[in-house]
Order: sequence, then structure tokens, then C-alpha cells
Amino acid sequence: MSTSLCDLPALEQLRLIKSREISATELLEAHLARIDAVEGRRPSTDAYTPDPEDLKYVHAFITVTRERAQAQARAVDEALANGQDPGPLAGLPLAVKDIFCVRGTPSTAGSRILERFVSPYTATPVARMEAVGAVMIGKVNMDEFAFGSSSESSAFLPPPGNPWNPAYVPGGSSGGSTAAVAAGEAALSLGTDTAGSIRQPAAFCGVVGLKPTYGRVSRYGLIAFASSLDCPGLMGREVRDVALALQVIAGPDPYDATAAQVPVPDYLTSLERPIEGMRIGLSPDYFKLKYPDPETGEIRERGIAPEIEAAVWRAAEVLAGMGAEIVEDVPMPHTRYGIPAYFVVSRVEAASNLHRYDGVKYGHRFEGPVADLGELYRRSRGEGFGPQPKLRILMGMYVSAEQYEKGYYETALRARTLIRRDFDQAFDPQGDYRLDCLLTATTPTTAFKIGDVYGDTVMMQYADSLTVSANHAGIPALSIPAGFDSSGLPIGIQILSPDFTEGRLFQVGRAYEIATQDDPWRQETPMVVKSLEGG
Amino acid sequence: MPQNADQSQPVIDEAIFEHLVGLAAFHLSEQEKAYLRRELNQQLRSIRELEALDIGEDVPITSHGVPYSGAIAAPLREDEAEVCPAADDILEQAPEVDLRYLVVPDIPHEELE
Repeated sequence: MSTSLCDLPALEQLRLIKSREISATELLEAHLARIDAVEGRRPSTDAYTPDPEDLKYVHAFITVTRERAQAQARAVDEALANGQDPGPLAGLPLAVKDIFCVRGTPSTAGSRILERFVSPYTATPVARMEAVGAVMIGKVNMDEFAFGSSSESSAFLPPPGNPWNPAYVPGGSSGGSTAAVAAGEAALSLGTDTAGSIRQPAAFCGVVGLKPTYGRVSRYGLIAFASSLDCPGLMGREVRDVALALQVIAGPDPYDATAAQVPVPDYLTSLERPIEGMRIGLSPDYFKLKYPDPETGEIRERGIAPEIEAAVWRAAEVLAGMGAEIVEDVPMPHTRYGIPAYFVVSRVEAASNLHRYDGVKYGHRFEGPVADLGELYRRSRGEGFGPQPKLRILMGMYVSAEQYEKGYYETALRARTLIRRDFDQAFDPQGDYRLDCLLTATTPTTAFKIGDVYGDTVMMQYADSLTVSANHAGIPALSIPAGFDSSGLPIGIQILSPDFTEGRLFQVGRAYEIATQDDPWRQETPMVVKSLEGG
Repeated sequence: MPQNADQSQPVIDEAIFEHLVGLAAFHLSEQEKAYLRRELNQQLRSIRELEALDIGEDVPITSHGVPYSGAIAAPLREDEAEVCPAADDILEQAPEVDLRYLVVPDIPHEELE
């Protein structure tokens, strides 16, 4: 386990700054040095030729906002020197997924169409974190417009690598975020989760990832993908770090009518309360997958990876040992429809949201001669969008076009109701199961190699099989590290709970962290960090 | 809901695909067209799993998961015009501007049927 400043939990970094043992500037410079050491060549939209050397580096950042961050760190240090309190995140290095607008910085969504876009305003979650002292160290890579589960679809290449083995993907779409946190390039990262885009990469990179309840965090300033599913959330190295950051970003926002008017509890106070008596469910529907055979299209069934299943059962034993009651065989029968319904709902919403990119108001514009405005649209969008946005827009057009396939969109929205009912019945205090939480694997497999799945958009989508239901239902979900597979790649487990009960997720996640804190796997260090220590 | 057709046949043929491309306003290479049409048809195989659902109209649609009752929904703001403080910053992002107007090529006119 690394003992470098960069690899400490966020709360410990904050304690060192507040006690003046280190300055915010020292902490920032340590992180900038880590970035210089592990990043490799900076991702760009230039013609990309893969180089074996790329598979040794992280490539998490599209933009490092070095000077801006240095100014923020100096301001924190000056405030502390003057006896002022800059806030609960004073001096903490933060990586922001490049789907959040931040005034005066490039905000690309991983797309060539926004390559030269500099945002004129700042997203609410970023603004709230910066207002209480967070230092934004840069904008991190992602799947283009968050369309993917490996971060390989970004227009900015090389793609991010997994710090535990950079020949493997970090997951996606918030892969730059989780890679940066795992590699010690940032203490926290702000990302988004539309089908699992925080939790799946968190599991792949061995970090904590939270998708809050839909409406818990404002979406103002988030470049939209699927507006009824998009959820800003957080990634960190410990549950406590994520709880602290959620405290800052949660709550109503006059700029987002879907940000719920629900009071934000004190997450840190309740974090280490005993879990004794909590009812934690396990469902057989989360231990198997149904997916279409790539060759025949027939629906096949297979179990999740045995090492991941074993990690879930072990976590259940650990939590039972702390007094939780484990409830087995909870039926969640509509889980299997999560991906098919998502293929419809998310594409329709994406097609609608991506019509705004036209080469006229902002973003990429075709520079050659055109006959008329229609050709300008076609040429600008043809050059600016990569294959994944094009695919999603086309599918959105198809499934919402009355003349082609009547009923898919409506059926998908009804399937969404059934998925929500599964959770309502499991969590019903007067029901048969009366669960406080559901415990599942986060992903069916651990990370896959860069290039192994990318291009097969169906199999890539099924990487979100265990996470997408929470987005359909709107409920919160937390992924926490739970060991490693035999290849040395991280395993994540997922905890789900009713609307606006993020505090309960933190409580269970923290209990698991405490119970396993002396496990040998907790001492492991990511390959890219280990190579620095070795050399 | 359409009944399951022969799964070995692509549902999105070239004519449908070209119509979608026109609606989406894309200029595509032949290579892109081949990849995108293949993947669309593959994805439809997954979407067709929804046909297995016995789902009646008594099941309401869910447009987003969390129910927005009056208790948690944000009240509407007053509909008041405000001066945008960043108008120049916004215009700076436009590819072509003339005297604070966005410049576009000729707008095509076509007779609608």
C-alpha cells in the first residue's frame, strides 16, 4: 500500500491542510507531479495510432487546469494564514468529468464536436465544491457524451487505462474519473451515472462510486445525454470521502427543476452507526444475466463471474457478522429488462438532446464550402460526432418513429415501471421482504482488455446489466471495492436502497470497510503507483 | 408492439437507414454506414426482448424513477426576463458572427407534402 500524500484518503488530506502540516499548494504540487509521472502522452483528437507504450500509462486527463488550480490552492493557503475557514473541502484536488461545464475551461464531453468549446458558465455541483475550497486539478476523459462502458469511445485518444493494469479499460463512461482517483491524481472526482457510468468504472478501478437518488444533485451545467436517467455523483477512495462531498453538492437548485426539495441529512454523523438489525437482501436475479447471443440473437443466460459472486456472498457474511440480517431469494424479476428498456429510453432522449449540435451556435463547424444550411448541418455533425453518438441518435430516431416500430418507446417506459415496482416491493416496510438495502455485484466481470469489446455495442451495453435498474428506478446505489480476482483486477460490490437514503448506503459501505480494513487485499497498490515506488 | 419477425433478417434495411440518416442530419462515409446499420440491427435484437413482457395498459408509464409529488418538486420560478451577464462569452463560442448575429449559409426551402 502506498504511503504517498497523493494516495491518502481525502479526509486525511483535508486534516493535514487544516492542521497546517502541509499547505494546499504542497498537496496540489504533489498531485501535479503524480499526473506528470503516470499520465503518458496527453489524449488528443489527432489521428490515433495505438502504441504499446500507451498501455503503461493512465491517460485520464483531457485538460490539466494547472495554473487555475495553483491560484485556487494559493487562495486556500492565504485564507488559512489569515485565520479564515475556506470550507470543508479546503485544498482538496478534484478531477471533474469533462461533461460538466466549468466557466473558462474547455468542456468537451469527450467529443470532437465540442473540442473548442469553452464554457461560459459553471455547473452547480462543481460550483458548490469550489465554493468550499476544492481545487479543480483538471477535466477527465470519458466515453463520448457518456456513450459507453469503457471510455474507449472518446474522441480524445489514447483512451484511459486502468491503473491496476493499464492494458485494461478503467470502465466507463466516467473512466477518466475513476482512473485518476485510483492512480492518486486526484482525491475525489465528480462524474455522472446514466446506466452505471460511475459504479461500473468504480468497480473496475477499485474505488468507491456513488450514484445518488435522481434529483438529489442538480444537473445544471451537465452536458445532457438522457435527461430522465442522468445523475451527477462522486468517486473517492473511501466511503467517508464520498459522503463528505455529497454533503456539499446535494440539495435543491433554482436552476434545475428536477433537483428535489428534500432536506440533506448530516451524512458524516450517521456514517459509523451500527448496522445491527438491518435487513440486507440478496436476489438470484442479480447473479445471472440474460443477453442476446452475438451470432444468433437468441437470448442466453449465464452467471456472473464466480470470483465476483463469491465476493458478494463473502460481503453478506461480513455484514451478517456485524449484526445485519441477510434475506436471500428476493425476487427482482424485471432486472433482465433493464438493458432492453435502456436501449430504447436512453436513445430517444439522446437523439433529442444531441440535436442542438449544429455547427451554428457553438461547437465544431465544417469549414469547407456548402450549398446550404442543411449541408452545413450534415457535414458539421458528420465530422463532429464519433460512431457512438451517431448510433444512439439513429436508434433514437428509429424507436420513436411511428412509421417503423410502434410501441417500443411506450413499452420501455412501462417496463421501467415494473423495474421500479421490484424495488418498491423489496423495500416496502410492510411487505414480504422489508429490506433496508439490496446487496449485489456491481459488474458481471472485472475489467476487460482495451480493444477486446469496443465496437460490439451490444456486449458493451450489457456491462451495465447490474447497474442500469437503479437508473430506471431513480434510487441511489453505491459501489465499493471488495477484493481482487485472480488476475489482480478489482472487484466491486453494489448496495442499493430506497429514494434519498444515501446515508444508509454510506453506513453499510463504511461498516464493510471497517470489517475488512485488515484484509491483505486492502494493502495492494495499483500497478502504475507501484512502478513509481519501484523506480 | 410488433410481433417478433425473422431475427436473421435485418430490420433496418438500406432505405430505412437512409431515411434515419436524413432525419439525423449526418454526412456519413460508406464504411460508417455499414458499421452503423449492422450495430443498429444487433441492438434491435436486444430491444425485442421487451416483446416477451406481458404488459398491459394498466401499467402506467414511468418517465423518471422518483415520483415527484408536490412535497418534493421544486416550485416554478417567476417568469421574469433577466439580462444575461455572459452574452458576449456565449457569442464568442459561435463559429461565425457578424454584428452579434449568427451567420449561416442559405436556408433551403422545400414544399412540404
